[in-house]
Amino acid sequence: MNAGTKFAIGAVLIVGSVGYLMASGIKETGQYFLTPSELAQRVSADPTFYDLGLKVGARVVPGTVEKETATQTLRFHITDGTVNYPVIFRGLPPDTFTDSVEVVVEGRLQRDGVIHATDVLAKCGSRYEAVPKA
Amino acid sequence: MTLLGSIALWLALLMGLWGAVTGFVGGLQGRSDLQRSARHAVFAMFAALAVAVICLEVAIFQHDFNVAYVAGRTSRNLPTFYLWSALYSGQEGSLLFWATVLSLFAALAQAFTSARHRAYLPFVAAVTCLVASFFVAVMLFAPANPFARLPYTPVDGAGMNPQLQNPGMVFHPPMLYLGYISITIPFAFAIAALLSKKLDVDWLVAIRKWTLLSWLFLSIGLLIGMWWAYVELGWGGYWAWDPVENAALLPWLVMTAFLHSVMIQEKRGMLKKWNLALIIGAWLLSIFGTFLTRSGVIASVHSFTQSPVGYFFLVFLLLATAATVTLYVKRLPLLEAEATLESVVSREGSFLFNNLLFIGIAFSVLWGTMYPILSEWVQGTKVTVGPPFFNQVNVPLGLLLLALTGIGPLIAWRRASLPNLRRQFAVPATTGLFVLLILLVAGMRDLGPLMAISLGGFVMGTVTQEFARGASARHRQYGEPLALAALRLVGRNRRRYGGYVVHTGMVLLFVAFAGMAFKTETQATLRPGESVSLRSPYGQVYTFTHVSVSQYDALNRRVTAALVEVSRDGKHIGRLKTEKRQHVDALGRNTFEPSTEVGIRSGLREDLYVVLGGLVNGTEQAVYRFTINPLVWWVWFGGFVLVLGGLIVLWPGGGPPAVQRSQAGYVVKLESKA
Repeated sequence: MNAGTKFAIGAVLIVGSVGYLMASGIKETGQYFLTPSELAQRVSADPTFYDLGLKVGARVVPGTVEKETATQTLRFHITDGTVNYPVIFRGLPPDTFTDSVEVVVEGRLQRDGVIHATDVLAKCGSRYEAVPKA
Repeated sequence: MTLLGSIALWLALLMGLWGAVTGFVGGLQGRSDLQRSARHAVFAMFAALAVAVICLEVAIFQHDFNVAYVAGRTSRNLPTFYLWSALYSGQEGSLLFWATVLSLFAALAQAFTSARHRAYLPFVAAVTCLVASFFVAVMLFAPANPFARLPYTPVDGAGMNPQLQNPGMVFHPPMLYLGYISITIPFAFAIAALLSKKLDVDWLVAIRKWTLLSWLFLSIGLLIGMWWAYVELGWGGYWAWDPVENAALLPWLVMTAFLHSVMIQEKRGMLKKWNLALIIGAWLLSIFGTFLTRSGVIASVHSFTQSPVGYFFLVFLLLATAATVTLYVKRLPLLEAEATLESVVSREGSFLFNNLLFIGIAFSVLWGTMYPILSEWVQGTKVTVGPPFFNQVNVPLGLLLLALTGIGPLIAWRRASLPNLRRQFAVPATTGLFVLLILLVAGMRDLGPLMAISLGGFVMGTVTQEFARGASARHRQYGEPLALAALRLVGRNRRRYGGYVVHTGMVLLFVAFAGMAFKTETQATLRPGESVSLRSPYGQVYTFTHVSVSQYDALNRRVTAALVEVSRDGKHIGRLKTEKRQHVDALGRNTFEPSTEVGIRSGLREDLYVVLGGLVNGTEQAVYRFTINPLVWWVWFGGFVLVLGGLIVLWPGGGPPAVQRSQAGYVVKLESKA
C-alpha cells in the first residue's frame, strides 16, 4: 500500500469523524427556533411540542415585565404581534433586557401555557447604538 | 469638513477604479506606463481615504452633532479616549476604517515588496484597489456615508453604548479588522500569481510576512475580544460561540492551516493547489465575516445592523467567489505537484492531517453558524445549535490537533524510520504520561480535561526536547553557555523556534480552556452582613459577605456599587466591588440600559467573579452571582506567549533568507542519525 492510499484512508477517517460529530451534534443539541405563532401552530398540531427544549424569538410586551428581585424571578410576556406567551425566568437577566426589547427565550413550553425559560438573550435592541428617541 | 470628507471618498473611489483598470490591463499587456499609473493610484487612494478619516475625527472631536454619525455614536460627556474609538464603533465609520487600512496596506505592499517580486505588483494593485473601491462604494451608494448630515442639529449626541466604553473595545475591533484586512494582501498576491502564471514558490515568499502579520492581528483581536467579553459582559465566560466570534475564528483557523501547509510547498513543491485554495478561502471568509456582522443575517447579540449594506456584501461575496473560483480552475493544470507523498509517517503527513483537522474545525464552525439559515431554507423551520454543538464537535478535534502539535515536530521530512521515532518520542511521551498520572492521583476523572492537560504535557515535552537538543548542539559546537545557546538558537532560526513558542502558548490556552470545565457558581440575595459560601475545585471554601451598597454620580453615569468581603477557608483575603451603571447624557437623562461592572479577583489558580444583579426594591439587600472560574489567568498569559512567538517569527532581519534553509539543517541531522 503506497503512502497516497494510506493518507487517503487517514483523510477519510478524519473527514468521516468530523461529519459524524457534526451530524450527531446537531441531532443531540439542535433546538427549534420559532416565533410565538409558529410555536402555537406546532403545539396544536403535535402536543409533544410541550416540554421540548426550544428557542422563541419575539418582542417583550411593554408593561408586562415583573421583576421580583428577592427571588430573582422575572415574569414577562412575549409576542410577535399575533400570539402572546407568558414567560417565567429565574436568574439574572442580561443588561440589555428591558421593556419592548427583542429577546430570544430559551426554554420549554409547559402544559400550563407558560414558557419556563432557562436563558433569556436580549437581542441588543440598541444595535450597540442609541435608540433614536422621538 | 463633511464636504471635504465626501469629496475625498469620491476621489478615493475614482482612484480605486482607475488603479483596478490600469493594474489589470497594464499587468496583462505588460505596459509599464499603465503599471506605474496603477501604483500611483494606490498611493493616491490611500491619501484620499486618510483625508476622509481625518475629516471624520475632526467632526467627532468638535462634537459636530449635525453629522448623523457623530450624533449617533458620541456625546459631549464621552471620555476623550472613546472619541478615538468612535471612528470604528459604528457601521459607517468602520467601513471607512476598513477601506483606509486596506489602502494603507496596499500602499505598503507597493512600496516595500522586494524587487524580486515586482512582477506581481500591478495585479496586486488592481486587486487591492478593487476591494477597497467596493468598501468606498458601499459608503457612497448603500448608502452608509459617515459624513451624512441630519436635517437638524441635536443639542447633544446619543452617546456610545456603555458596553463599548471599555479599553478592550478600543483595541479589539481595530486588531480584528487589521487581521481581516491584511488577508487581502496575500489574497491579492495569490490572484496576481494566478493571473501572471508565475506560480512557483516566489509568490509565497513575497507574502510570508503578510500572512503572519494577519494571523497575528487576528490572534490579538480574538484574545482582546475574549478579554472584553469576560470583564464587560458579565456572563462569566470568554467564549460563547456567538456567530460573530465564529466569523473571526474562521479566517484564523484557515490562516493557521496555511502557515503550516506553506512549509510543505516551500520544501517539497507539494500542495500548490491546496495553498492557493486556503488563501482564497481565508479571504472569502474575512469578507463573509464582515458580511455576517454587517447584515444581521443571523440572530446574534452582535448583529447590530440590518441595512442594505448586507446585500452589497452578499453580492460582492458571490461575485468574488465566482471570479476567483473560475480563475483558479483555469489555472489548475499549472499547479501540479513536484513531488509525491513518500510516507504518511513524515512531517508532510503530519502537516496534511493537521490541515485536514483545521479545515474540519473551520467547516463545522461555519456549518454550525449557518445552520439556522440552512435549516430554514431546506426544512422551512429554523433550527439553531449553540455552544453544546460546538463543544461536542470541536473538543475531540481540538484534542487531536493538540496531539499533532506534539507529534509533527518529532517526525522527519519525507519518511521517518522506527529507531528514529523511538528516539524522538521517548521523552515527550513519557512527559505526557507522567502528567496524566499526576492528574489521576490528584483525583481528576473528567476525560476532556485529563486529555487536554496530559497532551499539553506531551507537547511541552516535544518543545523542551527541541530546544534542549538545539541548544546543546550549539553548546558543543561553539562552546556557548546553554542559556546563550538557547537564545542564539531562536535568533538563528526564528521561524522554527518562534513556532514552538506559539505552540507553548497554545498548550497554555488548552489547559486554561480545560479549567473552565470546573467552573462553579451560585446566586444569592444577601442583606448587609449575610454571606454565602462556594467550594473551589481545589477544595477550598470561599465565603462572600455582602458589606454595603453605595450610590454616587460619576462622569457620565450614575453608579450603584456593592462591596463584598471575601475570605478563603476562614481567612480574609480582600474586598471586591461590583457596579450597576446607568449612563446619562449631559442633561442627566438616562441613556441606554444599565450595564454591569464585574468584580474580578484574578489569580493563577482561579478567578473570583462577582456580578451585582440588582438591589431589592431600593433597599441595601443585593442580588449577586458568584462564580469561581479556574485557570482563566492562563488564557491571557497563553495568549501573550502565543503573540510573543508570532512576533519572534515575524521580526525582520536575523537569520538567512529562509526558503530552502529553514528546515534543511533539521533534515540532515535526522537522516544522518537515522
